Amino acid sequence: MVVAVFVKTAFILFVVIGVLAPIITWVERKQSALMQNRIGANRASVAGMTFIGLLHPAADVIKLLVKEDVVPAGANRVLHLLAPVMAAVPAIIAFAVIPFGGSYHFGETTIELVVANLDWGLLYIFAIGSLAAYGPILAGWASNSGWSFLGSLRASAQMLSYEVTLGFSVVGVFMVFQTLRLTDMAIAQDTTFRAFAFVEGLFGLTLPASLGWISALRLPNWGIFLQPLAFVLFLTAIMAENKRPPFDTPEGESEIVAGYHTEYSGMRFGLFYMSEFIGVVVIAGLITTIFFGGWSVPYLSQEMIIAGVGHFFGVGFATGFCMLVHFVSFMLKLAAMIWLQMALRWTLPRFRYDQVMNLCWKILLPLSLANILVTGAVILALEGAA
Amino acid sequence: MLTEYTGVLVILAISLVLIAVLLGIHLRVGPRREFPSKQDPFECGERPVTSPRRRIAVKFYVVAILFVVFDVEAIYFYPWGTVFRELGWFGYASILVFTLPLVVGLFYEWMKGGLDW
Repeated sequence: MVVAVFVKTAFILFVVIGVLAPIITWVERKQSALMQNRIGANRASVAGMTFIGLLHPAADVIKLLVKEDVVPAGANRVLHLLAPVMAAVPAIIAFAVIPFGGSYHFGETTIELVVANLDWGLLYIFAIGSLAAYGPILAGWASNSGWSFLGSLRASAQMLSYEVTLGFSVVGVFMVFQTLRLTDMAIAQDTTFRAFAFVEGLFGLTLPASLGWISALRLPNWGIFLQPLAFVLFLTAIMAENKRPPFDTPEGESEIVAGYHTEYSGMRFGLFYMSEFIGVVVIAGLITTIFFGGWSVPYLSQEMIIAGVGHFFGVGFATGFCMLVHFVSFMLKLAAMIWLQMALRWTLPRFRYDQVMNLCWKILLPLSLANILVTGAVILALEGAA
Repeated sequence: MLTEYTGVLVILAISLVLIAVLLGIHLRVGPRREFPSKQDPFECGERPVTSPRRRIAVKFYVVAILFVVFDVEAIYFYPWGTVFRELGWFGYASILVFTLPLVVGLFYEWMKGGLDW
């Protein structure tokens, strides 16, 4: 039991920290170069070969490790060291509840591709996300620098504000799926639904037969089709929560130098940097799981894959094959969501701080409340509740 | 029942070890040549005149208070959201009554200018 958990944890951490996070730092450079019509990330080389810039993440790590560790005079040395740890740990342990595959039965044994299958998984994500606010706050306070202090003030207010919207925006989703467990949420999305059934259910209209294929159209039972507004709200709020551009006011380098990590160097800065990129992967995983069906393959449910392949090669092989297909499907969706965040990051300019706060309290919060109430009324009406 | 939390413990332990190793290597390997003007907090080349730890704008406290109010209210939506099908229209009416003070409070705050930056 513990061994299985350990293997899964080690595997997912290797994939995320060892493979994805370095690749994302490379993607960030390469994609910015492509979007700005220039060549980039081609300097680091081994024996004259640059491997399209893929050596840069390795060069980064070496550089960060051998830099001098500067602690400013007057800084609180304990908190100064604790702050990057407080930033990096929540980012990593948020992975515990994100499923990267379903559960598969091989005879007696069952393999679940999730580190910790908590029944309050979504709430766990928010609890851990709240802890992430301590990193920037402590960093700004401990550094004894004006810029850091301004940055940490901005970070704390921004992260607190967007956490409220984040909390409200997913209520609609789990009202639809009726669970907070992320693994169950992915299983619930492994089916399809008739896209225009709600017209008949709500208004009592029958779609005319001439509309044929439209009325018969079936979509995957994904969060984005059932809760499109919640997807927009969630994406905006969680990107602001991660403090990446266009919401990077806490570190806005043209205004306050580097914000809360102005006084950080070497690996201490590296941990902040790492937590941001791991945050990108966590966000991509969450969006995939909640809104894009997690590990599921659209129109091909787990039973269909196992039955179809098992017919030719036996159930044991089919289950293993299904596990592999689901994992690949999850990674592809994850990559797409990471690409989406990178494209947004290099497309939009940074918002002003007042715009960031107004967006949260005056637009996203009322919209997310309205989304909850409308979703509740529609579901109750459709199901003919008493 | 508590076995499902093993994963959280394991991932916490691994992440702490990983961070300790990274920071440990860095603190060992990095050079250490300290002199006073390098240790100064960054102030665009000037000596800092005042301490940065001063009084801060009251707006940030307002945000903190609003956060406590709204986040606690958000948590109350969670149990309702998971079981609202069983509660039916009665539960829906109850949550409307519960939301009303929240919305009125937000509107009051808005009109008072508490949300302007």
